[in-house]
Amino acid sequence: MAAETPAHYHTNTPWNEPGAEPYIRVENVTKKFGDFVAVNDVSLNVYRGELFSLLGGSGCGKTTLLRMLAGFEEPTSGKIYIDGVDMAGIPPYARPTNMMFQSYALFPHMTVEANVSFGLKQDKVPSAEINNRVRQILDMVQLTQFAKRKPHQLSGGQRQRVALARALVKAPKLLLLDEPLGALDKKLREATQFEIMNIQDKLGITFMVVTHDQEEAMTLSTRIGVMNQGQIVQIGTPQEIYEYPNTKQVADFIGSVNLFEGRIVEDESDHVLIDSPEAGGRIYVDHGISSAPGAKVWAALRPEKIQLVKGDRGEPYNCIKGTVKGIAYMGNLSVYLIALDSGKEVKVTMPNQVRAAEQMIGWDDRVTLTWHANSPVILLS
Amino acid sequence: MSNDASIQGGRLRRAPGAQSIGRVLRALGVQPRLAVILIPYVWLVLFFMIPFLIVLKISFAELAIAQPPYSPLLVCADPEISSTWLCFVEGKISVHLSTKSYVGIVSEYGKPFYDTLYVRAYWNSVVTAFFSTILCLLIGYPMAYGIARSSSTVRNLLMMMIILPFWTSFLIRIYAWMGLLKDSGVINNALIWLGVIDSPLSMMNTQFAVYVGIVYSYLPFMILPLYANLEKMDLTLLEAAADLGCKPLKAFFVITVPLSLPGIVAGSMLVFIPAVGEYVIPELLGGSNTVMIGRELVNVFYQNRDWPAACALAIAVLILLVVPITLYQYYQNKEAEAGK
Amino acid sequence: MSKRLSWFIILVLILGYFFLYGPIVSLIFFSFNASKLVTVWGGFSTKWYGELIGDDQVITAFLLSLRIALISSTIATILGTIAGYVLARFGLFRGRTVLSGMVTAPLVMPEVITGLSMLLLFVQMQQLFGWPTRGSLTITIAHITFTMSYIAVVMQSRFSTLDISLVEAAQDLGARPLKVFFVITLPIVAPAIVSGFLLGFTISIDDLVITSFTSGPGANTLPMVIFSKVRLGLNPEINALASLIIAVVATGVVASTIYMAQAEKRRQRDMQMAVQANE
Repeated sequence: MAAETPAHYHTNTPWNEPGAEPYIRVENVTKKFGDFVAVNDVSLNVYRGELFSLLGGSGCGKTTLLRMLAGFEEPTSGKIYIDGVDMAGIPPYARPTNMMFQSYALFPHMTVEANVSFGLKQDKVPSAEINNRVRQILDMVQLTQFAKRKPHQLSGGQRQRVALARALVKAPKLLLLDEPLGALDKKLREATQFEIMNIQDKLGITFMVVTHDQEEAMTLSTRIGVMNQGQIVQIGTPQEIYEYPNTKQVADFIGSVNLFEGRIVEDESDHVLIDSPEAGGRIYVDHGISSAPGAKVWAALRPEKIQLVKGDRGEPYNCIKGTVKGIAYMGNLSVYLIALDSGKEVKVTMPNQVRAAEQMIGWDDRVTLTWHANSPVILLS
Repeated sequence: MSNDASIQGGRLRRAPGAQSIGRVLRALGVQPRLAVILIPYVWLVLFFMIPFLIVLKISFAELAIAQPPYSPLLVCADPEISSTWLCFVEGKISVHLSTKSYVGIVSEYGKPFYDTLYVRAYWNSVVTAFFSTILCLLIGYPMAYGIARSSSTVRNLLMMMIILPFWTSFLIRIYAWMGLLKDSGVINNALIWLGVIDSPLSMMNTQFAVYVGIVYSYLPFMILPLYANLEKMDLTLLEAAADLGCKPLKAFFVITVPLSLPGIVAGSMLVFIPAVGEYVIPELLGGSNTVMIGRELVNVFYQNRDWPAACALAIAVLILLVVPITLYQYYQNKEAEAGK
Repeated sequence: MSKRLSWFIILVLILGYFFLYGPIVSLIFFSFNASKLVTVWGGFSTKWYGELIGDDQVITAFLLSLRIALISSTIATILGTIAGYVLARFGLFRGRTVLSGMVTAPLVMPEVITGLSMLLLFVQMQQLFGWPTRGSLTITIAHITFTMSYIAVVMQSRFSTLDISLVEAAQDLGARPLKVFFVITLPIVAPAIVSGFLLGFTISIDDLVITSFTSGPGANTLPMVIFSKVRLGLNPEINALASLIIAVVATGVVASTIYMAQAEKRRQRDMQMAVQANE
């Protein structure tokens, strides 16, 4: 699973523009439930038109943060601004946000139409306009023919689209999506991902998605905030998060990674040399990091960035040797488990360019692992 | 701020003039939430808590020739003062608590404390309730089990038939047994006609009739929680047990029965607790021979007109029921938590 | 899924249902007995039904019971629904334990004690305020109090299984809490409210002990009349009355069971079609 370019790669990157005004501002927000700190001093800026994902495991505080934006929870401390307005004390029904619930929360006693028009009716929108907007949005999510049905007469994918339509029809300043694809099967997820991105592009509404699924976050998002134990550990575009994780934790959470512990031997402006007994050799990286010599670091190397060659080869750097201990055939690629001479196990993925039967590398073969000098990421923690 | 017309964030402005009940209440200084809590609270305090406290109060009074027939708890030392409140202010009031009615439960002329009318009535009520519960369990468990393991159409029909008698009159169901159990009743007539017996068995006005009545009336209360429990049991557990070499009958006792314990406790308590205080069944089926506490309480109150004694009996019954009620609540809460 | 049941279970089921329905069948059978001796067959007759309809005492008592049951279960449904909602949805508040105790206590309290305590309250109130006079009003108050407990328990369990995100979704879409309650919560729990009401109605119309305690001169409900007649022994008129009650209840229960089964079947079919249509 390499870092693909998101299908709707955004050309504008407001977070890089110095003067850009953030649309959603979360400032030092903390939420405690009794002694338990669910969200710990989180600050976050989201810009208009972004599709921002909060990614993390269960209990990392991502849902609590989302619920604070929606107004279902009040922060214990800290401030939330949406379009410059302080949200403190504003109840959910008066906020310019709408949410798509994980369970969809479709009102079971109302038709699709009634569900979608519910929010507009609360705002006392004239009925002609309600009809118009409901028709438009149902058209957009291709549910016009199901308008008179009740939720239990719909399939999972259709319900998901009703939930989306219901949240979108009010054209909120911020649309919150809680695990939007969680309940769908794999095929439907992929189709729906693109649907969500298209709608977001079309309407220009700012989206905030909570998910535990990194693939989902990668495909959908303009930027991702990785959360762990109530804190945001890294914010960046999918590429940044994948290619330049800032901690071992993030590297390990997003995709899979091989970590080699070592010490800095040389740290120049154009390269770093790490001595790693664990890797059984030296690692050369083609950029400097300005650290203390002798500092303990980890070199993170993605499995797909390693080349496997049969037999023993000798190079001074970025070349380590081991024995194949396992091969998992995945169809498009194979995962090799290599036991290094140091005893450490390393994962390598290689595309299956030739048919499996003609595989060159087999069990218990001696192999050499090499990689390009710009592939490793040096992590200090 | 936004100048994009497509984004309508106008909801921050609250609609003026839209007076909700909530706001009216807030203007009056009452939190709407509090008002909602107070509605059932006030009712129950007024019509459940206070009556109970009155019973407690009267149980510490003495029988007196007065209207109502019991002595006041607050006695004024100065007979000149008519108002209790004034007497309290003057500091001349004294509390007169009597345990005479409680003592009366365990003392009767010429009898040891364990053989007084009321102690016997208590004991008989508990024993009757206990064995009725066991009987209900013995009949109800296999029935609930059978229903829960039937196919879904049959299951719904059978459950409907369990619930149906519950919706009909309790009194009528007891009355039905009067027609069956009487000396010239249906059962005796049938047995004599069949030649099994020569003279009618006397079943009416016996302890036996009371058992029949209680088991008959409360059997659905045993079956309902048992069924609810057995029906949701994961049957693959039994398959797993069989797979691991456990025979069906053994699996029933080591898997099914322990798992249905909450249902057993709930059902048993739903039978035991009301059966202890039962009045109608011993009155109609038990005749004058069966002394049960519910009946004695009514007799003391209406025939002897001894209100303090009736109240003391009531309090004593409640103390007796504290253990099973607590047990029931404990299991209910555990079930409720497990359900979440 | 269902395996064959053992002969033992089947035998118990047969005997169990015979035990439950035998007395009822016999009761109905002898209601058509011409003889005044209820259990001695004297030929087929419907005369007891005729006498029943002409019995003013029974008719008056029935109408009183009906009125009390309707009023008390309506008020008890409102109070019980509020109590159930508070217990299920308000989280922890001071006094919650007391409220929860007061709601469940009447369920396990022996009827004689509930009846006695209510009577003593009314006596006390009468002494202090000269109100209420014992009669249908005091019966109604007593019925509201103990039927609301049953309804509150039904509603509490319904409210606590209600998906909270439905309420949150409605708020999120701009509905205020009170509106959410009336537009979303109430319609969704409506079936539970109906069954709570029916439960309350049945308990109220069937109650004897608490009613007898709290009743006053002239206010005789149907169970009180039946009880006073039955105490004196078998009475063919009561057989006729019992048969009518059973017929009405059975029709209602069977009809509602069929209705619910069909609604469920329709629902299942809808869901199946929705899934298939998607493929």
